[in-house]
Amino acid sequence: MSDKIQPRGSDDTTFAQPLYTPIKRRSFFMYAGATAGATALVLAGCSDDNEDVAPNNGIPLGAGDVGVLNYAYALEQLEAAFYAQVKALTPVGGTGLAQIEKDYFNEVAAHEAIHRDFFKAAINRDAPGKILQNLTPNFTNIDFTKRLKSASDTRLGVLDAAKAFEDLGVAAYNGAGKLIKTPAYLVIAGQIVSVEARHAAYVRELVTPGSFASDDIVDRVSGLDKAMTPVDVIAAAQGFIMEKLDASTVGK
Amino acid sequence: MDFFKIIDQLSEVDADVLGRFDSRRAVFGSLGTAAKRSALAAAPLFLGALFQKAYAGTTATPVEVLQYALALELFEQDFYKKVQASAQYTTASAADKAAIDQIKRHEDAHATLLAGAIRGLGAVPVTGVTFKQAAFAGLVTFKTGPAATTQLGVAQLLEDTGVRAYKGRAGELLGTDLLTVALQIHSVEGRHAAKIRGMRGQRAWVNPADDLAAHPVYTSGVTAGSTPGAFGLVVPPYTAASPREDNTVQSNVPITTGLGTPYTAADAQASFDEFLQVAEVLDNSRAGIFIGA
Repeated sequence: MSDKIQPRGSDDTTFAQPLYTPIKRRSFFMYAGATAGATALVLAGCSDDNEDVAPNNGIPLGAGDVGVLNYAYALEQLEAAFYAQVKALTPVGGTGLAQIEKDYFNEVAAHEAIHRDFFKAAINRDAPGKILQNLTPNFTNIDFTKRLKSASDTRLGVLDAAKAFEDLGVAAYNGAGKLIKTPAYLVIAGQIVSVEARHAAYVRELVTPGSFASDDIVDRVSGLDKAMTPVDVIAAAQGFIMEKLDASTVGK
Repeated sequence: MDFFKIIDQLSEVDADVLGRFDSRRAVFGSLGTAAKRSALAAAPLFLGALFQKAYAGTTATPVEVLQYALALELFEQDFYKKVQASAQYTTASAADKAAIDQIKRHEDAHATLLAGAIRGLGAVPVTGVTFKQAAFAGLVTFKTGPAATTQLGVAQLLEDTGVRAYKGRAGELLGTDLLTVALQIHSVEGRHAAKIRGMRGQRAWVNPADDLAAHPVYTSGVTAGSTPGAFGLVVPPYTAASPREDNTVQSNVPITTGLGTPYTAADAQASFDEFLQVAEVLDNSRAGIFIGA
């Protein structure tokens, strides 16, 4: 994007102020005029990609709203790849998943694949040429033959990994919400994060009954779920992705 | 006509004109649609509507949004308080009781947190939002039997509605730290909804096979008897029904057919929760009918 919309900075804590100063907002509309498309509007909240960063920081997810979308796309790619492998499992007794669990995971696999494909379609539509590449998952630390890891296992079982991915996804969307500048994108993120929360609660109940919103994930005093920054989330997810990702400009 | 010149001229006279547009989020949707159609002929009409909307009212303040959230939390809190005090609860399993206790603890925490935030912004928190005693008396069992007469059946409606209600106002907190807090509450409501659904033997996510799938909560917008203004809540103008839970189109993308890979309607519905506007949440077809003494 040629247009420069600056991050709102200190406005974040000043609720009564308009979201942007008038002059910035004017350039927002001027940009929309220059491209005469609805999609330009949804892009208008994005600042330039800072692609002149040091080369070894990894693949940049991008800045502004496109960065947030690519960030979500990266996480959904990871989740979708994981559940695709779960879906391919043959249910067996003992270490495998029960049939009802497998049936429900097949549905979760579809939800995550939909999220991934939706972001792909939305980014290609609203920010042509800016989409994050296809990522290569690295699941060597997951033992897909185990329902749950035992104390002696070094690798995660299927449910351990699913719980980690779902809780991380919830924290990621919760933390990314305020970085979003386009209301329509915020609505979409909100529509997805509650589904991730439903998944998280479901998986947690399988791991430990009664832990759907236990004190280790929902603060007992404030009653709040976790929220994490993109950099922290990518750091946590990086071990499951072959490509190194740079989330430092997401939302900026 | 030069749309952008008009905007510029207006912004010279009224420096906040663009703020007014932004405060009316719905305008962005209309603008996008209109621009996409390239309907130049319709532009003057559309612009008239745009300006009318921009100046028609003031935007909701963060306090109004927080009061609304607090009212819903108080309502849920009172519901679970009534559950805990009921004979049905005493006969529930230890695991089910523990889940209700944990959910109630969160609703307490949310109410305390929101009331504190409202006081911090210099306003007086709403109080006295309760679950109607007569309606509660009709919930004859804890979880067995028809959903509409069980405590957990109604709990599912309340939690799913709560999830939708937070979504409906998140945009009014765009870019603020309050938004983060609202989202952190919102996902907890999602976890609650999933657990209640599990306790009832339903899927954790919205599904056409749900026993409540045909309930007005999932299938319609405002029906009748809206209760705006109760507890001093500000109800933003309501113009069109929010998408139903069986919606399969998101951001103009048909999820079942538009993503390259075909997906079932059930999966498309379940992969996105929908939002609800204030008037819909407070309507008698949803939470409104249960709110009262």
